[in-house]
Amino acid sequence: MTTDKIIELKNVSKSYDEKPVVSSVSLTIKKGEFVTFLGPSGCGKTTTLRMIAGFEKPTSGTIYISGKDMTTSPPYDRNVNTVFQNYALFPHLNVYNNIAFGLKLKSIPDGTFFVDKNGNKFENLRKLTKDEIAAKVKTALKMVDLEEYEKRNVSSLSGGQKQRVAIARSLVNEPDVLLLDEPLGALDLKMRKDMQIELMNMHKKLGITFLYVTHDQEEALTMSDTIVVMKDGIIQQIGTPQKVYDEPANAFVADFIGESNIFSGIMVTDFNVKFCDHSFECVDKGFKYNEPIDVIVRPEDVSILSSDDARAALLATISSCVFKGDHFQITAIIAGGEDYEMLIHDNVNCRPGDKVGLYIKPSDLHIMHKARIINEIVTEMWDTNTVEICGGKFPCQCDLPSGTKVKVSVDFDDVIIYDDENDGIIGGEIVNTIYKGNYYQCVVRTDTYYDFFADTEDEWLKGDRVGISVAPDKILITKLEETI
Amino acid sequence: MKTYITNIGSKLVTKIKGFRITRSVFAYPYVLFMSLFVVAPLVILLANAFISNGQFTFSNFSDLVRDGASLKTLSFSILVGIITTSLCLLIGYPVAFILSKWSSGRLIVLLFILPMWVNFLIRTLSTRYMFEALGIELGIGTLIFGLVYNYIPFMILPLHTTLSNIDKSYSEAASDLGAHSITTFLKITLPLSMPGILSGITMVFIPTISTFAITQFLGGTSAHLFGDSINTKFEHQLYGVGSVMSLIMLALVLVSNYFMRKTNRGEAARNLW
Amino acid sequence: MVEKSTLKKLFERSYIVIALVLLYTPIFLMIVFSFFNTSSFSFSKGMSFNAYIQLFTSSNASTLGQAFKNTLLIAAISSVTATILGSFASIGIFAMSKRSRKIVENVNQLPVINSEIVIAVALMLFFITFRFPDGYTRLLLGHISFCTPYVVLSVMPRLMQMDSNIYEAALDLGAKPLRAIVSVIIPIILPGILSGFAMAFTISVDDFIITQLNKGTTSGIETLSTYIYSSQHTAGGLKPYWFAAFSIIIVVVVGALLLINLRRYKKTPSKRAENSR
Repeated sequence: MTTDKIIELKNVSKSYDEKPVVSSVSLTIKKGEFVTFLGPSGCGKTTTLRMIAGFEKPTSGTIYISGKDMTTSPPYDRNVNTVFQNYALFPHLNVYNNIAFGLKLKSIPDGTFFVDKNGNKFENLRKLTKDEIAAKVKTALKMVDLEEYEKRNVSSLSGGQKQRVAIARSLVNEPDVLLLDEPLGALDLKMRKDMQIELMNMHKKLGITFLYVTHDQEEALTMSDTIVVMKDGIIQQIGTPQKVYDEPANAFVADFIGESNIFSGIMVTDFNVKFCDHSFECVDKGFKYNEPIDVIVRPEDVSILSSDDARAALLATISSCVFKGDHFQITAIIAGGEDYEMLIHDNVNCRPGDKVGLYIKPSDLHIMHKARIINEIVTEMWDTNTVEICGGKFPCQCDLPSGTKVKVSVDFDDVIIYDDENDGIIGGEIVNTIYKGNYYQCVVRTDTYYDFFADTEDEWLKGDRVGISVAPDKILITKLEETI
Repeated sequence: MKTYITNIGSKLVTKIKGFRITRSVFAYPYVLFMSLFVVAPLVILLANAFISNGQFTFSNFSDLVRDGASLKTLSFSILVGIITTSLCLLIGYPVAFILSKWSSGRLIVLLFILPMWVNFLIRTLSTRYMFEALGIELGIGTLIFGLVYNYIPFMILPLHTTLSNIDKSYSEAASDLGAHSITTFLKITLPLSMPGILSGITMVFIPTISTFAITQFLGGTSAHLFGDSINTKFEHQLYGVGSVMSLIMLALVLVSNYFMRKTNRGEAARNLW
Repeated sequence: MVEKSTLKKLFERSYIVIALVLLYTPIFLMIVFSFFNTSSFSFSKGMSFNAYIQLFTSSNASTLGQAFKNTLLIAAISSVTATILGSFASIGIFAMSKRSRKIVENVNQLPVINSEIVIAVALMLFFITFRFPDGYTRLLLGHISFCTPYVVLSVMPRLMQMDSNIYEAALDLGAKPLRAIVSVIIPIILPGILSGFAMAFTISVDDFIITQLNKGTTSGIETLSTYIYSSQHTAGGLKPYWFAAFSIIIVVVVGALLLINLRRYKKTPSKRAENSR
């Protein structure tokens, strides 16, 4: 018992048929914490959970549970229990027997000992008695408010009741960690809200570590002590809900958690940033001068002023205003630029066409390094005037001979995306799209797992197959010196 | 290279050490059994086609071609198969179509399939005695009747399944758009029931050409199908030529199943149980 | 207009009735003539139960009884084996990787789609090549090999319908794999296993071609199918008691199936209706 670390992952990776799903995930979870894995579907959060439960074995890396290396232990040897998204209740057993299932298999020390030939002392084990099991099941049922349901057939229960039985079935085994895989995903909105509160209460009362997987950012923000944001199998940020919301680590986190305006800009000098064709005072420093950056502005951090207010940093025209219960959701087109769009949450009612002034506090401008500013690929010339990129032959303007090692650079603007995969030189899948005020930045993953960043006018749907091509004169080629 | 080998070695060791009873282990006995008694026999069959007097040869193929009679039987069988299948389709389609519109359709389809589970020899003999009692001479006509009688359930069942799975709103939409009932049938129902038609055709055609007992009971002296030929060859211990003919049969089976993958006899049987 | 639609309905109804009548006439006549002690469809010998009495008294009664016993014995042994083999196999196949699963499923499909005569001669060559003992060994192995795929086909859909996390949930709660299969998966897929068993049994009972070619000439084993065939084929026509035997089989088979299916039909009318839509 060295620390209060209950789970520790060290460089855990998992790939299916060479395709990486989880890449080098490292994190520690403290005893009693409520940790949420948050991310879009396919980000590797469920796979990570399943590796902790023991349903999947990591391709590499180590998993420690209570300080012991449990990387390859089967699920039945781990003192963690899982609540599945579709409950996975045993349909042939009633509520009582579903909950008693784990207890009937359990062995506990009976207080007596025996000593083997080598003098090692062992505790004798025994099964739980019928009465002990009954008592435990009863307590568990009471905890989830289903005392009268012992004899009920599980197929006769409602979704919420099934969920409670599933939780009771796991908790009755007194696990060190309770794993919950999108447990509320199948419930309707109201039921979900109620269960959220109940789960939080249970967590507080029992002191068991909860590891929760969800794609619902609101759920994560409400329930967790710590949020782990994941994307493409990589942890993007670990932090408290407050921190993840207020100080997103990158544009993805900002876009995924809460709503946000994301603009491309330039850090002119320390404390001075330029975006939407305007300069702003900010609180960030330490960037290179004139470094391209992303600026993130939360909609509720933008205040609407009258257009002649001295504080107004920007002038804008309202394009829509929708009442959302406790605030207005307003979109405004910033004047004097290339029609950048700003999303605003404020409690000022305005009408489309109104001219207004906008103000953002310097501390509410979140500035972050860009993940990439240009697509760069190291490859070879296929032939004179043809270069190989991600398995495709791209015509280019370069007279280097076949086989020359080169570096290819393509601006985000110059990547052309086609609806029909066959129209492009190579094909790929859209893995991400972010709106940047007046254009979309999408990431296209080629079949060789290179991510092309592309700035486009159109929004592309995540998961769609598209074609990629680049005009020959937009492919910048530099020869790489052979280094042997 | 050396590290590569030790790598494989250590991987193997961890594999053996890490061997746990996982679920796929439960399929191993079956996989072994099927390799022995389904795959291996077909391999032996293939091998026998190229063996004559204990030597590798193509002579079985040339014998078959020179013989001519077996090939004639094959073409005759295909002709009989086409006639039988067409008749099953012509008679069976209306049955399936009408029943797909009735609420009690499923129950009545059951009545059409039930006789299938009475041993086909008994059914075939019954029809034979019926013809004899009526004074009808056994021949190609009675044979085709017997084949249709035997195999029509295999046509009706997949047709009914497909037809009753077609969403009614398609034909309603068509008539809403002004199509007459005949146009609706030709342009909507018929094309949508194509999978059922194809699967019915395969399920009737293949057993028809490979059957042999029915011909002997109903075909009189003249009619002889490919299944009979194969059986005769093996009865006379002409294993080589017989194997070649079986391979031709197998090829027909595989080709027709390539075009029709979904429904099969397994499903037909499952629908009943 | 109204007349046209009633006419259409009348036509449809009579079409179905005529088709059903045609389908059932031969086997119905078989039952009728089993009461006329005849070896053809004729009334000449008058009505009697002689055919049924001969079932037990004729000189061939013991052979017939033996054939009947053989049929049931082979069907029982091979369908039980096929059910055990096939049920565990399905659980295994279900957990396999996509690629190996596809291969195994395709091999499983072979006996189902293949023409019986090809299965029969392939098995025969195989048994001869490797000198398998004549008689029951060959017949049982053959029957198991073509019955098991039907069990797999009947169990697989049940596994597919099962919540994919059920097995993992059992492991998670502390069950070892064998325990999880026996106390969780098998009870859930039991209906599929039972119908797979029923399918295997009937297919084995009905088989003629594979048994005929693999029973061997010296063993003297006959099943009902092969005995019917040899009685008609070599003995030059069936004795009246066969009509009685056939009638009993027809009544038992059709009656049993009708009963089982009617019961199920009544039990789940709403579900059926949903499925058929």
